[in-house]
Amino acid sequence: MTILDQTAAARPQARHIPDRLDSPLKAGLFSWEMLLVVVAVAIFVANALATPYFLNAWALSDLTFNFVEKGLIALAMALLIISGEIDLSVAAIIALASTMMGLALQWGVGTPGLVLIGLATGLLCGAFNGALVTRLGLPSIVVTIGTMSLFRGIAFIVLGDQAFRGYPESFAFFGQGYVWWVISFELVLFVVMAALFWFLLHRTSFGRTVYVIGNNPVAAAFSGVRVERVKFILFCLTGVMAGLASVLLTSRLGSTRPSIAMGFELEVITMVVLGGVAILGGSGSITGVVLAAIIMGLVTFGLGLLNVPGIVMSIFIGLLLITVIALPIVWRRVREGQAE
Amino acid sequence: MMHATVESSARPASGEARARPLLSLSGISKSFPGVRALNEVSLSLYPGKVTALIGENGAGKSTLVKIMTGIYQPDAGEIAIDGAVVELPGAHAAFEQGITAIHQETVLFDHLTVAENIFLGHAPRGFLGLIDWSRMRREAREVLEAMGAGHIDPDTFLRDLGIASKHLVAVARAMSIDARIVIMDEPTAALSTKEIEELFLLIEFLKSEGKAVLFISHKFDEIYRIADNYTVFRDGEMVGEGALAQTSQDAIVRMMVGRAVDQIFPARTPNIGGPLLTVSGLSHPTEFDNVSFELREGEILGFYGLVGAGRSEVMQAVAGLTRTSSGTMALAGETIAPQSAADAIAAGIVYVPEERARQGVVAGLPIFQNVSLPSLGRISKSGVLRLAEEFALARTYTERLDLRAASLSQDVSTLSGGNQQKVVIAKWLATKPRVIILDEPTKGIDIGSKAAVHEFMAELVADGLSVIMVSSELPEILGMSDRIAIMREGCMVAIHDNRGLDAETLVRAAAGIGS
Repeated sequence: MTILDQTAAARPQARHIPDRLDSPLKAGLFSWEMLLVVVAVAIFVANALATPYFLNAWALSDLTFNFVEKGLIALAMALLIISGEIDLSVAAIIALASTMMGLALQWGVGTPGLVLIGLATGLLCGAFNGALVTRLGLPSIVVTIGTMSLFRGIAFIVLGDQAFRGYPESFAFFGQGYVWWVISFELVLFVVMAALFWFLLHRTSFGRTVYVIGNNPVAAAFSGVRVERVKFILFCLTGVMAGLASVLLTSRLGSTRPSIAMGFELEVITMVVLGGVAILGGSGSITGVVLAAIIMGLVTFGLGLLNVPGIVMSIFIGLLLITVIALPIVWRRVREGQAE
Repeated sequence: MMHATVESSARPASGEARARPLLSLSGISKSFPGVRALNEVSLSLYPGKVTALIGENGAGKSTLVKIMTGIYQPDAGEIAIDGAVVELPGAHAAFEQGITAIHQETVLFDHLTVAENIFLGHAPRGFLGLIDWSRMRREAREVLEAMGAGHIDPDTFLRDLGIASKHLVAVARAMSIDARIVIMDEPTAALSTKEIEELFLLIEFLKSEGKAVLFISHKFDEIYRIADNYTVFRDGEMVGEGALAQTSQDAIVRMMVGRAVDQIFPARTPNIGGPLLTVSGLSHPTEFDNVSFELREGEILGFYGLVGAGRSEVMQAVAGLTRTSSGTMALAGETIAPQSAADAIAAGIVYVPEERARQGVVAGLPIFQNVSLPSLGRISKSGVLRLAEEFALARTYTERLDLRAASLSQDVSTLSGGNQQKVVIAKWLATKPRVIILDEPTKGIDIGSKAAVHEFMAELVADGLSVIMVSSELPEILGMSDRIAIMREGCMVAIHDNRGLDAETLVRAAAGIGS
């Protein structure tokens, strides 16, 4: 305090620096998130015009099932990618967690136990990824390509061409139940989780360190941030969210096959990148990711209503992923070209 | 030492030096935002002669090398080869003019063979324009043998060679492209005594081939041993040149350190208390050995030494960033052993790193978030950030340092170097440390910001903080320090009271010039 008091007195002429120039409102108006809102509305209107079945409370409710499970993982994945890491094994974690729940079911474990096992499997898988990346210093893209095969491989060995069925009635609530009228349990859970993740990333010191690590891990370490620990926690968090998605998906489908959630990781990553998270880390927001999840839901559901086959949808997802990654880069090139 | 000087006078130097220079630079100026790196300097290199380029860190030597190798473009001035003015718009142009540089860490490719490294970019072509491998190997062997380096197999991968042999390969490459001008930028920095001897034989060989050699080194014994002529730079200006045989070491040291008049340091009355930080016998497996010093309350302790003397490494160990193999530290009588930067910060020791862009600022984040980073615990309540307090903290310290910024939400990377440095210092100050370590605090920033940083350091110690300042700039060290510690090659040489101390004593101690 002594330094502060004395120097403040010594320099009454210190020039004032304002907190910010643009009001948050103005900054928000010209943001990527606002663009996503416009896109979402446009697709919504296009869907409504394209098919008469779209504007219906139950249809819209069904639509949410298209993105909630992936969206939940995308929330955690957003933090991981902002920190400069990635987890490609999330879909495989869903498969392994679902398999573990199926095994537990055979041993007569009840609904609360099943949920716990699903979440715990996700946590362990995430911790395994995190330990490989932070303890051994391996690149996360390689580690999680490896564990992607590993986790799903275990599911295949356990199940072969069989499936686990016969999940209890009470377990079905998580993926099929409604809290009120057309408002599903999944949707409520997503809204709550989105709010929690928004708070974690944008309002806590932990969230701040995620951004710092993504922008400059060396300076972060020099500033006393425990970089490896934060990354480990993020991998665990992503694993748990994949476990949670596994509970919902298993409950919704009512069965476990080893091929469950095949290819989910790409849709999750597309959501995150479409949401404005820089693929190389350092920037992004939860609001953007939530909007991107809704857009992805609208698009796939709309295409579904129009009877577009699944393979065309996956082509669409691929194109979307490339476009959203390329767009900011092309945009920057164009601007730099103009500057010269 | 004087003996070496006498010996070298036996070499004919001055008479032939009047011959036409092979390369001559004249009136070369180069500015970077806020810094004038070179101001109308000139330099001449003669065929068959070695010219030593001498100067303190930051004197402009590397900038000149980059201009000579086409990496930087001069703002003004002329480059002439054999009397004809040439343009060097890029590295390739310099290469075609026969200018080649051998750096401290030579720019070669570890995963290619010796022959590939020698002929990269100009490999002999055969049928269908494909590389003629057998001819390439043969010619590589010929070049190496001509240099007396026949023991190097052209098929060896470069990664399997020692640094000295890598230098040989770099020279072989220079020979193979028929380079006429060879720049050696601190080539001996990482070599053993025996390897240095081999390098000198090589330089003699280059001389005998009629090449013009520019030799950059901090070590006077080497300079007197191998060079014919010298050019001295100080603060971006050429302050002297001539034949080494007729110039004493003392004269050159005087040229190097002659004080620039425009730098004024804040006057202060030191109010120094008892010992605060005691470091004893601190050692690291490779970087430093048995370093002991004491920092007193309200004191500025300067650390002087050549680049690579281990000063930054010691400081990073004190700040918990690197492990030590042995030694102890105590802060205000209590033993501390920081295992991470977080530990050191908690104890009250902070380190403001030298590499501002890599270790200091977090580009991409706004100013206020940069400032609050090491103090997140203080501005949050059970992990939840309190934005108003964060802005208040950032404002207090940035305004205190007279930061020039449009707003605190501005991306820190949009600021000038000097202002970024203010943000970095503000960020560390905000942790309310007891000991602040500043590593090259004014490196690469403009004169105005330099003065602000110096003034600020004076205010800090007046408020009872203790400061360690690592600096390679003599005026800064002499102008700011209460005591000066000198390190050389990982060891503490001496700690002097800064009373009546002159620059020459420091330079001699740091360079290991005996008396």
